[in-house]
Amino acid sequence: MGVPITYNVRNLIERKGTTLMTAVGIGLTVAVLVTALALTAGLKSVFAGSGDPRQVLVLRKGVNAELTSTVSNDSYQIIRRLPGIAVAASGEPMVSPEGLTVVNLPSVDSPEGMNVTVRGLLPIGLSMRTLTIEQGKTFEPGMRQVIVGNSVARRYPDARIGKHVRFGRGSWEVVGVFRVGDSAANSEIWVDLNQLRGDFEQEGGSSSLLVRTEGDEAAARLKKAISDDQRLGSGVIGEKEYYAGMTSSGAPLEALGFFVAAVMSVGSAFAATNTMYAAVVRRAGEIGTLRALGFGRWTILRSFMLESICLALIGGVLGVLIALPVNGLTTGVGSFVTFSEVAFKFRVGPDAVLWGLLFAVVIGALGGFLPAWSASKKGIVAAMRDL
Amino acid sequence: MIRLGPLILRNVLRNRRRTVLTLASTAVSLALLALLTALYQGFFFSEPDSPSEARRLICRHRVSLTQPLPASHLQRIKAVPGVDEVSAWSWFQGVYKEPKDFFARFAVDSDVIFDIRKDWQIPADQLRDFKRQRTACAIGEKIARDYGIKVGDRVVIVGDIYPVTLELTTVGIFTHPVNAECLVFHREYLSELLPAGSSQRDSVGTYMILASTPQEVPRISRAVDAMFENSPYPTRTESEKEFGRSFLAFLGNIKLFLAAICGAVTFTILLVSANTVAMAVRERTREMAILRTLGYTPSEILQLVVGESVVISVVGGLAGLGIGTLLAKALQAGAGAFGFTAIKWQAAVIVLGMAALIGLLAALAPAMIASRKNVVESLRFTG
Repeated sequence: MGVPITYNVRNLIERKGTTLMTAVGIGLTVAVLVTALALTAGLKSVFAGSGDPRQVLVLRKGVNAELTSTVSNDSYQIIRRLPGIAVAASGEPMVSPEGLTVVNLPSVDSPEGMNVTVRGLLPIGLSMRTLTIEQGKTFEPGMRQVIVGNSVARRYPDARIGKHVRFGRGSWEVVGVFRVGDSAANSEIWVDLNQLRGDFEQEGGSSSLLVRTEGDEAAARLKKAISDDQRLGSGVIGEKEYYAGMTSSGAPLEALGFFVAAVMSVGSAFAATNTMYAAVVRRAGEIGTLRALGFGRWTILRSFMLESICLALIGGVLGVLIALPVNGLTTGVGSFVTFSEVAFKFRVGPDAVLWGLLFAVVIGALGGFLPAWSASKKGIVAAMRDL
Repeated sequence: MIRLGPLILRNVLRNRRRTVLTLASTAVSLALLALLTALYQGFFFSEPDSPSEARRLICRHRVSLTQPLPASHLQRIKAVPGVDEVSAWSWFQGVYKEPKDFFARFAVDSDVIFDIRKDWQIPADQLRDFKRQRTACAIGEKIARDYGIKVGDRVVIVGDIYPVTLELTTVGIFTHPVNAECLVFHREYLSELLPAGSSQRDSVGTYMILASTPQEVPRISRAVDAMFENSPYPTRTESEKEFGRSFLAFLGNIKLFLAAICGAVTFTILLVSANTVAMAVRERTREMAILRTLGYTPSEILQLVVGESVVISVVGGLAGLGIGTLLAKALQAGAGAFGFTAIKWQAAVIVLGMAALIGLLAALAPAMIASRKNVVESLRFTG
């Protein structure tokens, strides 16, 4: 039979001060880990919410980013006549030539400036996205107007409605704020492709083509048709797949978070050991009594281990509570694929909470082992004499 | 205080297990604090790594780094007073073997680049070959080591930003201070490969400028930007350090993240130390009462407790700096990225100062309580 867990809980409550100080220490460690996990989860959800499974992206062969890609007008004309491409209500094939560039604007996080993607599209491109205009209106073809994603509007003071953004051959008026679900598009600025081409002397070419296919089978055939045609010099990647590849942008921050949590956990485990040793020393008499009552060594070991884990779990819960306010906070990281920023919200999900609690249990178990071991090794007579 | 020294030391050594555990806990956390401080310093307060770096500027298109500048800017920048040399510094990117085999590649003006990058050391005969051969390239020693490239080897790079394939011959391998790993080749060679009429032929990614003295750098930066202010290609010219720092924005709000983590770490150490002091003071309630009966004043009791706590913290800080230095070495060997070098004296001072402060703060409350306790009641205390 084991020592009842209420005995451990009561002991922890009895030494409120020490328990709380140790638990908060563990809590802060857990909070760092949970925050790092929330960052990755938030970034992942942005990229998971980007792209349409029916759509593929045509880039120049060997190029893996829209920004460095070019597709000629001739290739565009050939590709839009290939079979397997969905047709819009207007009867037009759903092939959207898009031009990309990057502008550097001061953001709330980096006043010295951060890069934002500018995407030029035609009406067909707009129709291929689930676009909602949150404020203002959309740009008019032929006008030097832009619409900005809602993250851009929030994070870049110079890109709000009524302001002018300078790039290409002059300035562009911000006329609207848009949103495309919870996707990376919300971190972009959109303009009329023909206007953008005029500014960058692209004469009909574009950076990429976004193509909606009739289905998986049609997509596979289209992929083969485009890759095999030497004239095109193009490659095809699924739009979903393209965005999934960008999740690594958060890797440096995530690594920093994990590293810090790991080192802090060592410190917290030592602190737990200290607290538990003090508990063992103070309760030497009790341990002796328990042994005299017939509780075995293993039971004592288990009891103190449990107490340590309970202590750490209090810390774990505190840690999750400390980390909870970051849930929903918006921040941004740069991607070297798009060479610009993508904004996302921290997401403290069930996964992050569970990992945080598990981390606390591990800290408690590691920190409690030596004291529990020494408690279980105490001789009955020696322990009782300590009274 | 001096008189109390031996007694403080004895107290520190009395419960050795506790002292060691507390030391270990604070040392590990302070090591982390040292690393984070060094990281912060490396990011935002780093000094130029070489005398010539302090003289260099990078000039890019004001809209963003992805916009090219016309090649004709070169002569005009060179005419700015205080400018010693100017070279094109065009990011080529491209793919060497596989996309994962990545290192920086730049198209440069081969005649002057080694005069501008004075921190690059290259044998004189290799430099002569580099200047002479149109398809020559020079590479950093680490790239040479990592990819097993020797002088005379061919290096083929398939372009992405530029739709051409470079077929280069390695003629030189140079050494350099940290963070200068790259491959450089002739800008003229790139222009020749590009199709006639391509707008990329007469454009340059960025310019690297060498000022005659570090003091001229801010003035040149203003002069160059003012000169192109109303041209179709306005520029932003900044020191090489500032230019490097602009990439930090890619890491997100790193200042806030580092500050938050440092706060969490510091608070954790404070809790651990306070806990230790509280435990010690509690155990010694009777003993301190006896000291009072022997004539020790409350202020001396206070000093005893605070002294013990500060000694443990500061020793923890010293041990932390040791661990931090080892970790920094490991990190440098592993990643070596982000301009992180080592824990410098400023970071060491901050960490030791924080350690002393933490020791002081942690002991304050328990020490006050201990020094004010009623002697008779304390003597009755049985723990």
